[in-house]
Amino acid sequence: MNTSEKLSPDLFKPAQLDSSEGEQIRKESVSYWQDVIRRFRTNIGAIVGLSIIILFIVMSFVGPYMNSYDISTQNYDIQNLESFSGDHYFGTDKFGRDLWTRAWYGAKISLLIAFLAAFLDVTIGVTYGGVSGYYGGRVDNIMQRFLEILYSIPNLIIIILMLLVFEPGIIPIALALSITGWVPMARIVRAQMMKLKSQEYVLAARTLGASTYRIMTKHLIPNVMGPIIVAVTFAIPSAIFFEAFLSFIGLGLRPPGASLGVLLNDGNKLLQIYPYQLFWPALIISLIMLSFNLLGDGLRDALDPKMRK
Amino acid sequence: MTKVLDVKDLHVSFNTFNGEVQAVRGVTFDVTKGETVAIVGESGCGKSVTSQTIMRLIPNPPGFIKEGQIVFEGQDLAQYSEKQMEKVRGNDIAMIFQDPMTSLNPTMTVGRQITEGLIQHQNMSKQEAHEKAIEMLRLVGIPSPESRIKQYPHQFSGGMRQRAMIAIALACQPKLLIADEPTTALDVTIQAQIIDLMKDLQNKIDTSIILITHDLGVVADIADRVVVMYAGKVIETGKLDEIFYQPKHPYTWGLLASMPRLDQDDNTELLPIPGSPPNLLNPPPGCPFAARCPHAMKVCTEQMPETTEVSTTHQVACWLDHPLAPDVKPPAGAVRGE
Amino acid sequence: MLKYTLKRLSYMVVTLWIIATVTFFLMHLLPGTPLKNEEKLPEHIKEQIMEKYGLNDPLPVQYLNFMGGLVQGDLGASYTQDGREVSGMIAEGFPVSAFIGGQAVVFGSIVGLLLGLIAALKRGTWMDNLSTMIAVFGISIPNFVLGALLAYFVGVKWGILPVALWESYASSIMPSFALALVVVAIISRYIRTEMVEVLDAEYMKTAKAKGLPRRTVVFRHALRNALIPAITILGPLTVNIITGSLVIEQIFALPGIGEYFVKSIVNNDYTMITGITIFYSILIVSVIFIVDILYGIIDPRIRLSGAKE
Repeated sequence: MNTSEKLSPDLFKPAQLDSSEGEQIRKESVSYWQDVIRRFRTNIGAIVGLSIIILFIVMSFVGPYMNSYDISTQNYDIQNLESFSGDHYFGTDKFGRDLWTRAWYGAKISLLIAFLAAFLDVTIGVTYGGVSGYYGGRVDNIMQRFLEILYSIPNLIIIILMLLVFEPGIIPIALALSITGWVPMARIVRAQMMKLKSQEYVLAARTLGASTYRIMTKHLIPNVMGPIIVAVTFAIPSAIFFEAFLSFIGLGLRPPGASLGVLLNDGNKLLQIYPYQLFWPALIISLIMLSFNLLGDGLRDALDPKMRK
Repeated sequence: MTKVLDVKDLHVSFNTFNGEVQAVRGVTFDVTKGETVAIVGESGCGKSVTSQTIMRLIPNPPGFIKEGQIVFEGQDLAQYSEKQMEKVRGNDIAMIFQDPMTSLNPTMTVGRQITEGLIQHQNMSKQEAHEKAIEMLRLVGIPSPESRIKQYPHQFSGGMRQRAMIAIALACQPKLLIADEPTTALDVTIQAQIIDLMKDLQNKIDTSIILITHDLGVVADIADRVVVMYAGKVIETGKLDEIFYQPKHPYTWGLLASMPRLDQDDNTELLPIPGSPPNLLNPPPGCPFAARCPHAMKVCTEQMPETTEVSTTHQVACWLDHPLAPDVKPPAGAVRGE
Repeated sequence: MLKYTLKRLSYMVVTLWIIATVTFFLMHLLPGTPLKNEEKLPEHIKEQIMEKYGLNDPLPVQYLNFMGGLVQGDLGASYTQDGREVSGMIAEGFPVSAFIGGQAVVFGSIVGLLLGLIAALKRGTWMDNLSTMIAVFGISIPNFVLGALLAYFVGVKWGILPVALWESYASSIMPSFALALVVVAIISRYIRTEMVEVLDAEYMKTAKAKGLPRRTVVFRHALRNALIPAITILGPLTVNIITGSLVIEQIFALPGIGEYFVKSIVNNDYTMITGITIFYSILIVSVIFIVDILYGIIDPRIRLSGAKE
């Protein structure tokens, strides 16, 4: 108690303190989406992925016009030219077609199919899952039985059967991919709907007089948006994979059409002699899939901090 | 009286994204043989961190012991290696956790969860451990232990699971049992049973207990001594009677006044303590309770009061105990009638 | 449990019946006759063949014959392979496919398990990041791209392993490796997620507080609980392996079912397509069924609560 002698008596006068001071929130409040953007920005992989995706989308439009060739003109004088021969940056194929032009055009077609399939997935999935979750009860029960059966049929088989029946093309391939692709989306939406219905905070919001519209816009949409965005980001590389896969087993686009799958299949046939014909489309497809996966990982972490461990 | 545990000036911090959180800031207390010490305080006051630090269960990183000693039977556990700690945990010091629903491994039989500690520490054969486990289950009051031992936790009710947890903890007859809010997750009727069980077993196997709780009713029921913590510091400590009948710290008054009592009129209101504890990322230089204290003085916000002795067993850290301070009486609701 | 098993079993039968029916009718909806490749055949021989395959019967009769055969394991005769029995060809090709796929699953599971385990135990370190990177690459690089590149570099350029055909054990290494990468990726991710969740569980603290050595805590308490949900990936994994085998067997010219299937698609061999489709469906649906039942047996929470009902 040596220090106590040095203390002056007026230190012992009552202090006027506001007890609520401790409850002030010192940090500026950030909205959910601001927080998402902040978390997303710190993820280098996701930023790189997004940049590559943007670059490739731009290139898929600009690339084919960067030299003077088109995708289908055959020229038997310049068959199987090596890469970087003049302005044939990626060389030419066995028909003398310019591979640079075909690669970027093919990337565009592949991306188009993937985006179309993802769009169909979301549209069908959100509608089906929303209706099923919103009505619940008997409607939900019947809709879920149907979903279960559809879910247990391997998508690979449905896709192959569909394309045997329909002539392969951009729209048939996208349609075939989304025949099963919408199911996970519907599940996500339904699960969120159901969860939301039973959630205490929704009950609390209702008790406080929030309208259905407000509950939908303030609670349902933010909750369901995240998982949907993430699911779409992962659905795109999967669609790109399947498009290429279908070309490989003979169900791809018909010539002279080009997609990454068609180019890979053509390249594979001449792999032992002209490996570069496979190399460029392989690099492009791998980078696109990698970028979407990195972006998806980043989005998932940013949108759902609980998942981040 | 021999000291089983002597915690001296313990500091525990966590490195977080925002900086160092000083969860425990100089905690000192001891536990003697056969004694029950209750650590009370509100959520986030550092009581659970203190208890887990004694067991060295704080994940490192991010948590670490910054300073201080944890002397258990003459050895400083703060300096122990992980290997050395493995011999202490479960054998000399055991722990019961708050939520019996999640604290048991769902895919392992209750019996195996009891026997594995015995086999680990006591060199028992499987058969011996099995018999001991049945005995333990019987001891904690689980009917037909022979069949229960083969069951999985989900086949037990909440109260039974906590009994099983106690059986696991006491299987090796530890010298010290740390119970971290053992009754918080249970129904009120079950709470009383568990507390009675702990008291009963303490007599049978002569264990010291550290009870972490925010429930003063439980404290009154079982504790010999009480340590009151606030914002990572011990602000008052004393025998049960001293804390309940002669509380010195305004925070202890607040705690007592916010607890319902049988001898009160029905219309006496419970007094909540306004405000909330300080942020331990950046703790205030003075008394952490000053901002919420109705008797705060200028000095309270500037300097941390030293611990003064009210009696040999009763210490408090409050400027009101200083000779220069005005004489403040505890509010009527806080003092127990003799 | 028995009730549940029977319920699942009936679901499985219904699913397979739907797949078989849909496949049958789709194949008969296809434009042209199954013999359209053989247009140069004289009319009377065509007629003879149509008679032999029962193609002149009314569709319902054909359907009943087909279903009757299916129940007895008779999938009919191939249109193109000199009338060989489809079931016989499947029996011939399956061991090759199963060996390649099985080897990929075993190798991929072991590596994936180790990677996932290390990543979860060393969360946030470079080892975690490396394992995540391997997983992202494994998912992003299409297996046919990897297969083709392996075939070119390891097989053609460096000549370390045989590129094609099914001659010795060495022939199986590259195809299995190409298939295994995805397995590694899927398993390591899944194990990491499950392990991280289990390691954060309260009961891990209990196990540690008992004074068990870290090794015991990790293997006896954590890994066991992480592996139980992990068996559910066997279903998707099987689909993945089958999908992959279709292209990998092509690239490495292996005489497996995948190769037959792709050939039958190119040749419009409808009985063969139908047969292999059904075979794949049975395989996938059975694996999902077995996993479901196995899950109930392994997890005491499901096993015991199921038994009470």
